[in-house]
Amino acid sequence: MKTIHALAAGALLAAAVGQANAAEIEVLHWWTSGGEAKAANLLKEKLETKGHTWKDFAVAGGAGDSAMTVLKSRAISGNPPAVAQIKGPLIKEWGDMGFLGNIDKAAEADGWDDFLPEEIVAADKVDGHYAAVPVNIHRINWIWANPEVLEDSGVDHVPQTWDEFFDAADKIREAGYIPLAHGGQPWQDATVFEVVMMGIGGGDFYRKAFVDLDPEALTSDTMIESLKTFKKLRGTMDENIAGRDWNIATSMVINGKAAMQIMGDWAKGEFTAAGMTPGEDYECVAPPMTENMFSYNTDSLAMFDVDDEGQQQAQLDLASIVLSKDFQVQFNQAKGSIPVRLDVSLDDFDACAKASREAFDVAMDEDALVPSLAHGMAVSDSQQGAVFDVITNFFNDPDMKAETASERLVSAVRAAE
Amino acid sequence: MPSKVSAPASGERRHRRSLAGHIERVLPRLVVAPSLGVALFFVYGYMLWTFLLSLTNSRMLPQYDFVGFAQYARLFANERWHVAATNLVVFGGLFIVSCLVIGLLLAIFLDQRIRQEGALRTIYLYPMALSLIVTGVVWRWLLNPGLGIQAMVRGWGFEDFTFNWLVDSDMAIYTLVIAAVWQASGFVMALFLAGLRSIDDSLFQAAALDGASLPRIYTRIVLPSLRPVVFSSVMILAHIAIKSFDLVMALTGGGPGYATDLPATFMYAHTFTRGQIGLGSASAIMMLCGVLAILVPYLYSELRGQRHG
Repeated sequence: MKTIHALAAGALLAAAVGQANAAEIEVLHWWTSGGEAKAANLLKEKLETKGHTWKDFAVAGGAGDSAMTVLKSRAISGNPPAVAQIKGPLIKEWGDMGFLGNIDKAAEADGWDDFLPEEIVAADKVDGHYAAVPVNIHRINWIWANPEVLEDSGVDHVPQTWDEFFDAADKIREAGYIPLAHGGQPWQDATVFEVVMMGIGGGDFYRKAFVDLDPEALTSDTMIESLKTFKKLRGTMDENIAGRDWNIATSMVINGKAAMQIMGDWAKGEFTAAGMTPGEDYECVAPPMTENMFSYNTDSLAMFDVDDEGQQQAQLDLASIVLSKDFQVQFNQAKGSIPVRLDVSLDDFDACAKASREAFDVAMDEDALVPSLAHGMAVSDSQQGAVFDVITNFFNDPDMKAETASERLVSAVRAAE
Repeated sequence: MPSKVSAPASGERRHRRSLAGHIERVLPRLVVAPSLGVALFFVYGYMLWTFLLSLTNSRMLPQYDFVGFAQYARLFANERWHVAATNLVVFGGLFIVSCLVIGLLLAIFLDQRIRQEGALRTIYLYPMALSLIVTGVVWRWLLNPGLGIQAMVRGWGFEDFTFNWLVDSDMAIYTLVIAAVWQASGFVMALFLAGLRSIDDSLFQAAALDGASLPRIYTRIVLPSLRPVVFSSVMILAHIAIKSFDLVMALTGGGPGYATDLPATFMYAHTFTRGQIGLGSASAIMMLCGVLAILVPYLYSELRGQRHG
């Protein structure tokens, strides 16, 4: 009994000491699927060792759409959470409306600028001050391939040009497989399109077209060629794509029904869950002509402006935990992405993650590191929606010409400004 | 002077009587007031707010720099809005007419004093008990060319059989009609059945005595007397059609592309996920106008009917 009392007293004392500058912070996020939930839980545990309390506010679904809807209603009612997962240009929008705080203290203490890539960090700053902390880097331009299906169809490697791709697709089709697994949802259509366009146009063209939304680039020959290639891909897919979720498409590659899928590296989680090893049971290769390019999608945790000093401290602690080396390794292994810290060793990661980091370094040097439009990293919500509308409509309407689609892109984007 | 003496007494009596009368008059109003207030605030207040927002340049959050009717201009220049509005006309029209025809036929057949009527009625009414999400998912599987009807018939040996409306952007809107009619026609049947039962049997007998054939009895006597039922059915079906949201989400997700977008899904996408609250509000107000266009003539005819009746 005595020992229990002593322990209890000790725990209380520890709690009291911890409480000195501790607080409860509510964290809004959409890390809810298997590996992601595990990763989020890791962050929670680490935060609690610092004496703070993590109030979980997980909103599942829609790649964050639902979470953003909840966040807006909480903000309108004047009661936003202390921390929220927000991406890309949206962070700046929230910051410009005066909702976000400032975590420069954590950035200075840990020297963020020394090990975070500038291009990626730019989205986390509002007026030059850190308002959010980046967590990871996903690569969008990947082909996930089933080597057995390729071999059985007489295709000896994952195609590196689009001509090669369509030749291979014919062979795969003849052998009785679906060449490209896909799900007909607007964001998936846009994902495939941006990968096609990026390869055909290159980094500078991509930025002009999909970051600046420059009308000249949107109606250029390069754009029209990209649109045509994209539409041709429709013929390499099966008939039942309408509304299919991305992970169902991935399972078609896993089960050997389809040969390849173009999807970001979260698809790796599905292969891992199926007990497959990269390089042996499945392959991850850059889609045609994007080998040295990197289209990124980064999750960030934005810190809302809070008055309570304890909460401010908790935000700073959370930020420095997120960027600590061991958390970066553990979290990103669970999630399939690569660490956002450039000085973290990837020795313990799988072959795809290592390849991702190599591509990232090359792309940074060659100025071919681009934000993904399909994943909300490049333009505002409304412009992204306008682009989605045109792309997905073009893809699904057999009669629409590439020229019409490129003109519609210009007018839709202008209307959404 | 005597009047002065009696005055207070009678005044007090009158006062007491009028106090009771006063309470009697005021109490119902007092009781109704809170719910009226709530309705005024949450229904009409928010309608007004939506209208105000539709005049602003609100994006991610509401804000109040007014831009006049610019959002409406943008709405009508929007390709997707035209698709959504056209879809509503196609979907709403086909849905209402099919439900009425099927519901009426089922009701007439069931009204022929057949055996097991109760069981049959329950079977036809049952889809109404399902949520539209369930209906949507079930029909998505049935209509999926690789899983459902097409795959089944091909499995029977008809290799050329094609039924791929769900993935065809020109035909997908009709899959919504199929699922919605399946869901709602049983309900319309129940309404018609109640209407048919309320028609006096002596009318049938009198007409039969006069030598009228059965089809003639139905077209000349029964259908005209079912007019009020038709009217309420149209009202109910029309508002189901206008606010259809869950069925679209579950069955097609608005796709392929945005081929099966309806105004309700358009409004949701723009207001809540695309940070275009101004444009979304404008589309919501246009939906309200659509409802009013149906409701006002209805109320007008109802009220006129009362005055004459």
